[in-house]
Order: sequence, then structure tokens, then C-alpha cells
Amino acid sequence: MYCNRPSLSWRSPAAAALLAATASILLSLPVAAQAPADLAAGEQAYAKCMGCHSPEHNRTGPLHCGLLGRESGSVKDYDYSQAMRKARIIWNAETLDQFLAAPLSNVPGTSMGFAGIPDSQERRNLIAWLATLNASSDRCRSILSKPRENS
Amino acid sequence: MSTKDNNPAPALLLETAQQSRRRFIARAGALTFSGVAVAMLGGRSTALAAGTADKAIEQDIRILNTAIAAEHEAVAAYQLGAESGLLQPEVLKVAVAFQGHHKEHVDALVKAVRSLGGKDAQARDDYHFPVDKLKKQADVLQFAAGLERGAVSAYAGAIPVFGNRDLSAAAASILADEAMHWAVLRHALGLDPVPGAFFS
Repeated sequence: MYCNRPSLSWRSPAAAALLAATASILLSLPVAAQAPADLAAGEQAYAKCMGCHSPEHNRTGPLHCGLLGRESGSVKDYDYSQAMRKARIIWNAETLDQFLAAPLSNVPGTSMGFAGIPDSQERRNLIAWLATLNASSDRCRSILSKPRENS
Repeated sequence: MSTKDNNPAPALLLETAQQSRRRFIARAGALTFSGVAVAMLGGRSTALAAGTADKAIEQDIRILNTAIAAEHEAVAAYQLGAESGLLQPEVLKVAVAFQGHHKEHVDALVKAVRSLGGKDAQARDDYHFPVDKLKKQADVLQFAAGLERGAVSAYAGAIPVFGNRDLSAAAASILADEAMHWAVLRHALGLDPVPGAFFS
């Protein structure tokens, strides 16, 4: 079936005007700039996690030292849900952002019964702070230097 | 007398086991956790055994068990505080009372899990508490306040994701109790007991 639509030549004045108007609109849109992560705010946001987690020890949830770069379900001596063991996610800024936004839909079957953090800036802050829990941090150095503490 | 004996809800549940969860809840009406809801959840366990369980029930059991694990930890933490010898007698009474609340939370949550046909999470053999940092009463109160604040966050995060709205209501009831604990502990520490209009 053919539809009879009015043709618009790219060289016509009307097309040029349309292109100019479109470009003008696009250029006037604000760029969705991401604010830099705020570590202090990220540490504050971590209070939300502390009902179940701590950096140094497995609690109701697994420890967070060494989280970034770690594979999901891999902390030694933590009893993960089957879903998390099978998820095979490498935790990085992107995967954590997706998970923290909606844990239960991101990894269905996870034991982390938490609605999620809807605010992207809060997630960014929190992830930036979690990233500081690495082998060079005072509180995690000894934990992460133990063999097979985290795989 | 069991809770089932004074409540017609289980029969209603059996009748409606094939219906959707939300339709069922709408018919059942508002419930409280300790009595009616547990009895009704007992009805759901029949549905679970009959193979009519759905993913939502499984998820609810997982969330309940996460809460049970945290409550077990709180009970152990208050035990540590009570046995520390650092608490003044009046403060000790309050700590023991709060521990009793957490034990009641465990009992209620365990009943709910079992009623749903699940297996409840057990207390751990040991917990990693900052024993070396507890040198005076204020340290113990600060430690307890941190746990209570975390518990409020955990329940606040769990309430929206229960499939069964009765469990959300029950979790809200527990959250309120944890928030009161947190406020009392903050007050005892000389902090503003209610630091803001909203919790975040």
C-alpha cells in the first residue's frame, strides 16, 4: 500500500527552515551533565546499607571491602542466595548502579529485600564511596590481603 | 486457643487460594501482624504446599528471613551490651527491654515465614561486633544506635517490596519500634532524638 505524503526536498527552503529549527531546539537543550560524585554524601548514604552490611565483616549481607571488581556471590563464608551465586555479575560502577536502582528486578531472587535507591546522584555518591573500600584503604587492607577472603 | 480458632480467615484463604494475591488481600481487609495476619498466612501455607505458591511468596520469605537475620543480630548485640558491665542500672533496664522487643520481632517474623511454608533463618554462632571499641556506656549506646538506625533503613527498604501488603504493614509496625529505639538512644547520647522531618 502506498501513502500519498507531501514530499519535502532537502534542498527546498521549507526543509532548510525545518532543519534550522530542529538544530536550534537541539542546541538549546541542556546537556544532562552528571554532577561529580560526593564521597562524604556517599558515606552518609552508606548508612542505608548498614542495617545489613559492613565494610569489614559478613553480616546479614556480605562485606563490602573489595566490592568493586569482585564477582557477585563470591565472598568467602557468606551464604548467598542461589540467584546471586548464579548472577555472575562483575561489580563495577555500571553494574552496581543498575543493581542499586532496583535490586530485586536486577537480580530476581536476591536476598537483598530492598526497594533500591531511585536517585541516580545518590547512587553515584554511594558507589564512589564503596570504591574507596579497596586494598589501599586502612579498614580494608588487612581483610583484602588475606588469601581467598574474596575471590 | 490458636489464632486460627478465632478467625474465619483461613477458610476464606482456602476458598480463594487460586485467586490472585491482590484480590485476596483486598477481600481480607486490613490486618495486624501478630494475630490475624499470621493466621491468614497460615492459610497461604496450604496453598504453598499444594503447589500454588508464586514467586511473590518466595520473595516475601526471603525478605522476611533477611529481617530475621538482622533481628537475631540485634538480640546478640544487646546481649553484648547488657553483659559489658558498662551500662548503668537504669540504662541496662532499657537495653534489656529493647532486646526483648527484638526477640518479639524474631518470633513474629519466624511465625510468618513458617506460615508461608518457608524455613526461617537461624541466628549465627558468632557476630563480629566492635568489642574492642566499647570502653564506656556511650560507646555501647552509640553502637546500639547505629544498629537501630540501620534497622530502620532496612525495614524502610523492605516495606515497598513485599508482595503481601499485610507484611508491609507488619514491617512498618516493626520499623516504628526500631525508630523509637533509635530516638531514645540518640537522646541518651545527648543528640537530637529526631534529627529531621524525614528519614533518609
